Amino acid sequence: MAGLPAIRGRAWLFGSGISTDMLSPGQYVHHPMEERLKHVLESARPEFAGGVKPGDIVVAGANFGCGSSRESAPQHLKDLGVVAVVADSLARIFSRNAIAIGLVAIACPSISEVVKDGDTVEIDVVSGMVSVGERGIVLEGDRIPEPMLDVLRHGGIEPLLASIAAEQNR
Amino acid sequence: MDNLAGSKQLTVAEEILARAAGREESSAGEYVVAQVDAMMMHDIFAADVLSMLERAGIQRLHDPSKVTVVFDHMIPPPSVSAASHQAKARELISHFGIDAFFEIGRGICHQVMIEERRVVPGQLVVATDSHTTTYGAQGVAATGIGSSEMAYALATGQLWFKVPESVSVILEGQFSYGVTAKDLILYLMKAIGSAEAQYRSIEFGGPGVDELSLADRMTISNMGVEIGAKFAVFPADSIQTIRENAGYVASHTVSLRSLTPQVAVPHHVENVVDVDEVAGTPLDQVFIGSCTNGRLEDLRQAAGILEGKHIAKGLRLIVFPASSQVMEAAAREGIIETLNKAGAYVGGPGCGPCFGGHLGLLAPGERCLGTHNRNFRGRMGSADAEIYLGSPMTAAASALAGAITNPCQMDHITSGREPIGAVATGDSLGRRGEA
Ligand code: SF4
Repeated sequence: MAGLPAIRGRAWLFGSGISTDMLSPGQYVHHPMEERLKHVLESARPEFAGGVKPGDIVVAGANFGCGSSRESAPQHLKDLGVVAVVADSLARIFSRNAIAIGLVAIACPSISEVVKDGDTVEIDVVSGMVSVGERGIVLEGDRIPEPMLDVLRHGGIEPLLASIAAEQNR
Repeated sequence: MDNLAGSKQLTVAEEILARAAGREESSAGEYVVAQVDAMMMHDIFAADVLSMLERAGIQRLHDPSKVTVVFDHMIPPPSVSAASHQAKARELISHFGIDAFFEIGRGICHQVMIEERRVVPGQLVVATDSHTTTYGAQGVAATGIGSSEMAYALATGQLWFKVPESVSVILEGQFSYGVTAKDLILYLMKAIGSAEAQYRSIEFGGPGVDELSLADRMTISNMGVEIGAKFAVFPADSIQTIRENAGYVASHTVSLRSLTPQVAVPHHVENVVDVDEVAGTPLDQVFIGSCTNGRLEDLRQAAGILEGKHIAKGLRLIVFPASSQVMEAAAREGIIETLNKAGAYVGGPGCGPCFGGHLGLLAPGERCLGTHNRNFRGRMGSADAEIYLGSPMTAAASALAGAITNPCQMDHITSGREPIGAVATGDSLGRRGEA
């Protein structure tokens, strides 16, 4: 099985309690995708959706992704080009959903206190190590358990299902 | 009694996950791959999940008889896109042979799952909704998952789970007048907060549990997820909670008698205060309903306060019964008439404005008190609106006053009438939440 390459990207810093309603506001769930993406995190940082670039990383405080089970929450971040979320702690359903759609999500206690907005953050997905080289910061995040790393290696559950279907239909 | 004294017992979470994983035991912290006993999807995600299976080339579900679909959120469809989404879901529900499909009008998914007995004590259940913890009211280890994980569970019948640590909450005594299950769970939000219960299973027990109806337990288990819990379980049938030698990471004891009405203030469910701290805050809208507090008992309590009175000028009261059964029973008891006469808008069974989709959204600057479970910024429309959460009694009292009001301070509660908060009645399912 292929490994998981290290991730390096620019940090967007958020506070604690970022909810799925902020990531994917309920009143836009049936709007066209382009429209929905414009509202991602607008109530926390209105400049985010317009300014985020492919390869960027979201760094946040505690309980990131709390709220509903909507998978659009991590999916919107991925669609905007975000490659990883590192937060002091992650809401349970959000972290599972992120992995399920192939977005790296790592809980790393007190990360939001040391990373500054715009820092270049580096993540070793398998070991869970998070660092900011230019400022000599190295923190140990929670390791993603093996069954979920396997989902990430496949690029998410959807590609994994295709191989299950191939089995079923043989 | 089949455990030797002193030997370690499993928590409910450990026992149910071990059984579902085909093992003798499991312990907190480990990952298991477990067979799922029942699955549920609602209209927001059903089309996405089933389309994902279709796209991947999956021909059949592992076991369609374990699957339930309920249309309750965007109903009746408020837009062409919602209608199309539902049309697509109906097509795939029939394509994949899912018989347990409840159309719009039947009610809110979690209420319907309990009323239709689609879950049984001791089961491991997943659904594409965070408030799936509600089934814990019946001794079920139930939790919310996302669409992709649901697609995987539908195709294979199994899913991976982290065995959670457990927290015990022992309840003692009885509620005082005007205090309800909603006030207890709001109080726990304040007392425990989301850090301690995160990823954990909350097991409720103690003599106070016998005082709680099934409806009360559902309210509490429903909001267990707001504390971050993976499961929120009460005892039922052979499922006993609070096992002497099980390893709880924390234990709490709450005296129901000492509780007072609680209100969550904007913009987080953890911001809970005594109702008296915010009494007098003017309101534009009051919402009674949702899977937290839209049951017969809730409507009955609200109607008890509203009876013969009219809501304040300039305020609107919207009520959405949790299911068709609740609505029928409420009509039979004259509750719907009482609500109508008091000036309420009573809608059909469903989620109503709870998740901010439609049916009662808020304008910028407006303030609402609701009986639902979330008050995040933007949850009910404008991000510049404010949402407060409270019990049906607090909601009703506040609707009469036009401002947040402590229901214990309404005169008729202390004026010799039967105390509303302590009425012991059967629930909308015609049974008590027996242990
Ligand atoms: S009533 Fe509210 S919380 Fe319950 S299922 Fe519906 S939208 Fe979700």
